[in-house]
Amino acid sequence: MMLRGLWKLTWIELKIFLREPLGAVGTIVVPVLVFLVVGRLLGRGLAPSALAANTFIGVGLPVLASVLIAVSSVLSLVTIISIYREGGILKRLRATPLRPQTILSAHVVVKLLLTAATLGLMLLAGKRYYPVCVHAPLFGFTIALLISTWSVLSIGFLIASIVPTARFAQPIGAFIMYPMIAFSGLFVPVVLLPPAMRAVARVLPLTYAVSLLEGIWKGDAWSSHLGDVAALVVVFVICTAISAKVFRWE
Amino acid sequence: MGPVIQVVGVRKTYGATVAVDEVSFEVKDGEIFGLIGPNGAGKTTTMECIEGLRKPDRGSISVLGLDPFRDVYKLQDRIGVQLQQAQLQKRIKVWEAADLWASLYQKKAIDAERLLKQLGLTEKRDAWFMNLSGGQKQRLFIALALINDPEVVFLDELTTGLDPQSRRAIWELVRGIRERGKTVFLTTHLMEEAERLCDRVAIIEHGRIIDIDRPENLVKRHCPERTVILATDDPAAEERFRAIPRVEAVNRSDSQFTIRGRNDDLVTEVIHCLSENRIRVTDFRTILPNLEDVFLKLTGHSIRD
Repeated sequence: MMLRGLWKLTWIELKIFLREPLGAVGTIVVPVLVFLVVGRLLGRGLAPSALAANTFIGVGLPVLASVLIAVSSVLSLVTIISIYREGGILKRLRATPLRPQTILSAHVVVKLLLTAATLGLMLLAGKRYYPVCVHAPLFGFTIALLISTWSVLSIGFLIASIVPTARFAQPIGAFIMYPMIAFSGLFVPVVLLPPAMRAVARVLPLTYAVSLLEGIWKGDAWSSHLGDVAALVVVFVICTAISAKVFRWE
Repeated sequence: MGPVIQVVGVRKTYGATVAVDEVSFEVKDGEIFGLIGPNGAGKTTTMECIEGLRKPDRGSISVLGLDPFRDVYKLQDRIGVQLQQAQLQKRIKVWEAADLWASLYQKKAIDAERLLKQLGLTEKRDAWFMNLSGGQKQRLFIALALINDPEVVFLDELTTGLDPQSRRAIWELVRGIRERGKTVFLTTHLMEEAERLCDRVAIIEHGRIIDIDRPENLVKRHCPERTVILATDDPAAEERFRAIPRVEAVNRSDSQFTIRGRNDDLVTEVIHCLSENRIRVTDFRTILPNLEDVFLKLTGHSIRD
């Protein structure tokens, strides 16, 4: 019964999202285009051997693009939840037999679907125009990105539970999420950071997401990244537990 | 059968503010029960406690034999709710909302399309929520409140912000709900709405219930005054009017007389006096008190203040 509600709600929320002006364009088309343009500009004229040697184009850029997709879906989730709360939509949904977790799950599923779709398109397009994609394990990487997004979305819930109004949701979310990218080891490997920053990086969930994504992209076995997956699961459990306590419906 | 809703000694505070206190009443099966009072009197808080959306600090509530807070999901399955100031997703279509709501309840009851038709929403079934008029939104919310064929329907400030025509149409709908054997619990700050719609009303102010009864009984109990206004040129009229039994005041301004008393028979007595004395009148009106006057009397101020 509740599964039927979850399925219906997810499907409707997905349709509603795609009806938003810039909904599909902003989430799917723009990241794919940016990825292609940057990849072509940087990769032009480099021999394949040089591409492999250049870790930013070879590994950093695809992972950065993926992390940006994840972060943008978190920000979008934070905004939607706060708009729904401010407009009384959450309250109206709660005055039904719907369980709160069903309502929230529907949004998570929508975000995961959009993330997977964006990534899929990015990689398909990349296979043609962007040589490093050819050898990347697409299926494994998609799974890694879904696990990362799912975990990072729980941070989104925590932010959404705390921000007072919809107006603040997007800036506060961005203020929390974007610095995480700087610390995540994407630009400077975590081991090379000064000790204080390294300590910060170790507690930020995005660090583990980046480590997992880079590893899988480079062809590492999942067994060597179980620690990253475990860390992401722990983040999910903690954030979900806290937001369940402090979540406000109105 | 016992009462459908039973509220005993409910108190709810928000910080230092006492929203409702010592609220007790019962709602019987099949009636339209109205909680009336000005904005901020505690109507919505009371209703949301009964719906299981808020937990009272003290007191007990039973709805259809269930504890609304503990058995909230079981209760939600059997009641229909329209909330004040609720919204739906801006770009959800009318039929999608009905379809979603229909999928949320255990029992498969009402055909969503037929319900939309009954509420005059068929033409709007593909419209986005954000593009509906205020009246259409309210009708959609009523449809959603009825979609599970509920035993009790809760309507919070149903017609606020609507034009008189939509308001009348919605009153008809609510009467239709009662005719289908449902119990209706509504709140309103419109006395006319309460008077026309409710079988019984509870007057609430500053979080406390002042009185509960049928609207006409409340009027009889608290505002027994009757007033007749008439116009006549008969020079003997004033003296005759003063002789009517239990008349309390006769005021004259030119040819217009205002006759006051606090007796149901006043109007009959005046008519009797006119015909017995063959007094010719050019105007005859009666002024009967209504719930608005009851409210004024009980609280010392108008509900609109």
